[in-house]
Amino acid sequence: MKNLDYQQIDPQALATPTPTPPPRPLPEHKPRRARRKWEVFPGKNRFCCDGRVIVARQCGVLPLTLGLIVLTSGLFFIFDCPFLVEHLTGCIPVIGGVLFVFVIISLLQTSFTDPGILPRATPEEAADIEKQIDNPTGSSSSYRPPPRTKEVVINQQVVKLKYCFTCKIFRPPRTSHCSLCDNCVERFDHHCPWVGNCVGKRNYRFFYTFIVSLSFLTAFIFGCVTTHLALRSQGGNGLVFALQASPASALELVVCFFSVWSILGLSGFHTYLVATNLTTNEDIKGSWSGKSGNEDVGNPYSYNSITKNCCSVLCGPMPPSLIDRRGFVPSDDSVQTSPVEIELSAAKNDTNMVGRAVTSG
Amino acid sequence: MYLVSAFHNLQELRHSASLANKVFIQRDYTDGTVCKFQTKFPSELDSRIERTLFEDTVKTLNNYYAEAEKIGGQSYLEGCLACLTVYLIFLCIETRYEKVLKKISRYIQEQNEKVYAPRGLLITDPIERGMRVIEISVYEDRGSSGSSSGSSTTSSSGR
Repeated sequence: MKNLDYQQIDPQALATPTPTPPPRPLPEHKPRRARRKWEVFPGKNRFCCDGRVIVARQCGVLPLTLGLIVLTSGLFFIFDCPFLVEHLTGCIPVIGGVLFVFVIISLLQTSFTDPGILPRATPEEAADIEKQIDNPTGSSSSYRPPPRTKEVVINQQVVKLKYCFTCKIFRPPRTSHCSLCDNCVERFDHHCPWVGNCVGKRNYRFFYTFIVSLSFLTAFIFGCVTTHLALRSQGGNGLVFALQASPASALELVVCFFSVWSILGLSGFHTYLVATNLTTNEDIKGSWSGKSGNEDVGNPYSYNSITKNCCSVLCGPMPPSLIDRRGFVPSDDSVQTSPVEIELSAAKNDTNMVGRAVTSG
Repeated sequence: MYLVSAFHNLQELRHSASLANKVFIQRDYTDGTVCKFQTKFPSELDSRIERTLFEDTVKTLNNYYAEAEKIGGQSYLEGCLACLTVYLIFLCIETRYEKVLKKISRYIQEQNEKVYAPRGLLITDPIERGMRVIEISVYEDRGSSGSSSGSSTTSSSGR
């Protein structure tokens, strides 16, 4: 008997006298660094600065966007501003500077803010939803049952809520699943490769500020460069002389000329969307335009007033991020939700004692 | 009712009880995309809590969320100021939404301590579930898991 006791004691513990033999060191007892939730995030996003900054997996053309803006603005400040300050007014670099700051900050905010990602359902939630869905009776041969939908009446309109197979939730209205980021995003507008992120509920106002200020900046640089070249080619010098004197202006002119139309067009389109409280996704699909021939269809989310729509989209309250990137992954959840069968079998041994306690109490 | 006497506080609930079931209160989308939960009383809680208490909790939570998402004078001011500072102000100050969320979590904590834990229930803050559901965990006392009928038969056999 004594030999058995000695075998259980850890030989290393014999050096340090302890009243009770130490437990056998299990692998889980090694101090493990608590993990933050961003490290176990299931979507295709990347995180920087310990979860403070979120980007889509493919940053897309974001470096090109940043590079073009910084290069063109840099050339403008270095080569065109001195001439224009001398010949026109000193306000030009100030205005250009303010617009440039607006563009860069709103671009970075659009790229690095959580667009409104919905976290995936916990296993218990998914099981609860599965229970509520009626199983189709005759489709046992097909691998996947037909898409599950739920209907809801919003503002006298029937809206269909679809079930997301990846996130295992019924998507709230206006939510869509982005395949590039592999997340459901609330008030999904579109996935913008120029910005390298989805545009959704939380970063739509940043995106709108970005395209509006970029269109002002592009138009401003285009106007200033044209004025610069016009002033230089005065006095019989000609345009060729002006371009030779300031070759950087030619590059800026080309970049601005080709981008100003598309950016102005995009700003105009999004201003229309903001005024009617629509998303790009809904506009493209024609959800509320009555394309199916139903004349009663209208946008149930619109306030039917342009100012109210604009204010609610751009000046509304800023919703919080739902994915809690910097929170810690709970490690003792598995203990709490351990199988109930273990509890039952243990309880069966104790029921005699409990039964006596209940009857006596 | 030994359940009422057994669970005096939340710590005791977590340590001495085992999780039997989770009930999910889904969102109510009839008013659009605003955050609002259904007040329909789930049948699984029929024997555990009074209907009025449950409905009061959900209605108060709905009112808090409505207050957070209200579009009015203060939210316009916040939005315009934020736009002028290129939204950098969001890094410095706490928005009204965040303030209301803190109020909500204090309210849920208080409700858990006063109303739900004594009945063997626990509400999880919806923000931890992506604002999709209110998760109510239903606990059973470890000694009585099985069913009340089980304990009555053993009590008779114990004699």
